Amino acid sequence: MNEQPQNLRNFTINFGPQHPAAHGVLRLVLELDGEVVERVDPHIGLLHRGTEKLIEQKTYLQAIPYFDRLDYVAPMNQEHAFCLAAEKLLGIEVPRRGQLIRVLYCEIGRILSHLLNVTTQAMDVGALTPPLWGFEEREKLMVFYERASGSRMHAAYFRIGGVHQDLPQKLVDDIEAWCDPFLKVVDDLDRLLTANRIFKQRNVDIGVVPLKEAWEWGFSGVMVRGSGAAWDLRKSQPYECYAEMDFDIPIGKNGDCYDRYLIRMEEMRQSVHIMKQCIQKLNAPDGKGPVVVEDNKVAPPRRGEMKRSMEALIHHFKLYTEGVHVPAGEVYAAVEAPKGEFGVYLVADGTNKPYKCKIRAPGFAHLQAMDHICRGHLLADVSAILGSLDIVFGEVDR
Amino acid sequence: MDDAKLDALGQTIVSALPGAATGHSVAFNQLTVDVEAARIVEVVKYLRDDPNCRFVNITDITAVDYPDREKRFDVIYHFLSPTLNARIRLKAQADETTQVPSLIDVFPGADWFEREAYDLYGVFFVGHPDMRRILTDYGFEGHPLRKDFPLTGFVEVRYDDQEKRVVYEPVRLNQEFRKFDFLSPWEGADYPVLPGDEKAGPKV
Repeated sequence: MNEQPQNLRNFTINFGPQHPAAHGVLRLVLELDGEVVERVDPHIGLLHRGTEKLIEQKTYLQAIPYFDRLDYVAPMNQEHAFCLAAEKLLGIEVPRRGQLIRVLYCEIGRILSHLLNVTTQAMDVGALTPPLWGFEEREKLMVFYERASGSRMHAAYFRIGGVHQDLPQKLVDDIEAWCDPFLKVVDDLDRLLTANRIFKQRNVDIGVVPLKEAWEWGFSGVMVRGSGAAWDLRKSQPYECYAEMDFDIPIGKNGDCYDRYLIRMEEMRQSVHIMKQCIQKLNAPDGKGPVVVEDNKVAPPRRGEMKRSMEALIHHFKLYTEGVHVPAGEVYAAVEAPKGEFGVYLVADGTNKPYKCKIRAPGFAHLQAMDHICRGHLLADVSAILGSLDIVFGEVDR
Repeated sequence: MDDAKLDALGQTIVSALPGAATGHSVAFNQLTVDVEAARIVEVVKYLRDDPNCRFVNITDITAVDYPDREKRFDVIYHFLSPTLNARIRLKAQADETTQVPSLIDVFPGADWFEREAYDLYGVFFVGHPDMRRILTDYGFEGHPLRKDFPLTGFVEVRYDDQEKRVVYEPVRLNQEFRKFDFLSPWEGADYPVLPGDEKAGPKV
């Protein structure tokens, strides 16, 4: 009677690379025992473009657009990390208006990313309405991107020393007018999802990560906050003018997918709060002024000046051909990107090209724990967990 | 943390681990500790467990290639201590054959970072249970982030309609790769011959 039935075996399936819940080009090799996941082997690199190698061949200015293409859901937050690293090496302080604009657009990026993540996570577990509502707001935000930089996604707006151009007053006013109605949209999403029975069944107590594990797996951002650490680089290691902003850091208790969802919802509200403060400060008298350092060895001269001044013309030519020579040294600069700690480790050798530029993407560290988190869960939970890790393949594969 | 505190922390670490941690420096308000590659696990364990350090979060592992050096790679580790609100950078020298012990028993999060450093640089980690390539193609040869690996690579792929599959071919450039040299001979670029001068042979 103890005989094992001959036809019992574990099942190995491919999840992706063409699967709507794989959030891009992820190939997961799943080993299943019935419906229980025994082992997950993520295969990544299908979107590997060799960004780091390319950056080593380009000037510092030419490197910036590559950062838009990493986490293409929140492009400016990535540019920010690279600019901060280069500015540290150059010893530049960004003028106040430049800092305020950067913070404003970083928070827009955060909302862009969280909107996408929260709503597609809901889609992964079966809800179709949230993405339709969320993407409408994303569209409006991308128009703000376009009005500032000329591009909806790949902005290349943050430059070493500040931002590329000043914002027109009308744009600042329009962003302000967008803030309050958006809070209503967040409330609507809240009503759709937070108490929704199916959404809770699929997310509560799924993918629990204790805090100790979260740290040692290299997690950051929402993934450690969900596990209970009040850790946010904007508060703990403030960069730009985050120190003068008033905002709260939401944290979770259980470290499950549902807590991470709740944190993202609250972070959107906090981001709007920061945006409002930025706009108020931009409109104040001390918020006027230059948006980029006025050193023409780093930032290009104005167009009008170039028409009249030979020196300005030479500066412009030298900056856009040869570029900035960054003094030798090595530096690690990190920002609190929507997905976690996005860092750039920059080694400069005194020439106009980075000697080495390592991009530390939060999604890379989160995705490597897939096997650890998913083991023992059901097959259907894999997509819920993947959704709550907030993976974007541009940055994981680089 | 200010520079003085970081410097003190660096001194504590170096004196607590004689032979394993060989020196420290503080630049741009960041602490770098030079370590012996063979004893990296010991250093990292100390950094994680010592109550004055508590570097419990692994941020990053990578390498930097200096082909002219005897030991060409710097293996770079970044850790974060939420307790101290401080970061630390460890730097170990290695070459293509140095066996760098894997951190995977101390930090499970070192897994993919080490695979990536192996894939892109060919740094050899021992004790890692699953040392496969991670970012490059299945069956890829070479280590692309090494300075002697050409930007264009060696193979290109295309879909072959006759064979009904993707085929690999040696890379063919219709235009030569354009590499601009911006270093000014007035500012100490060390060419053997100035660009353009090679055309001017000795007058006969």
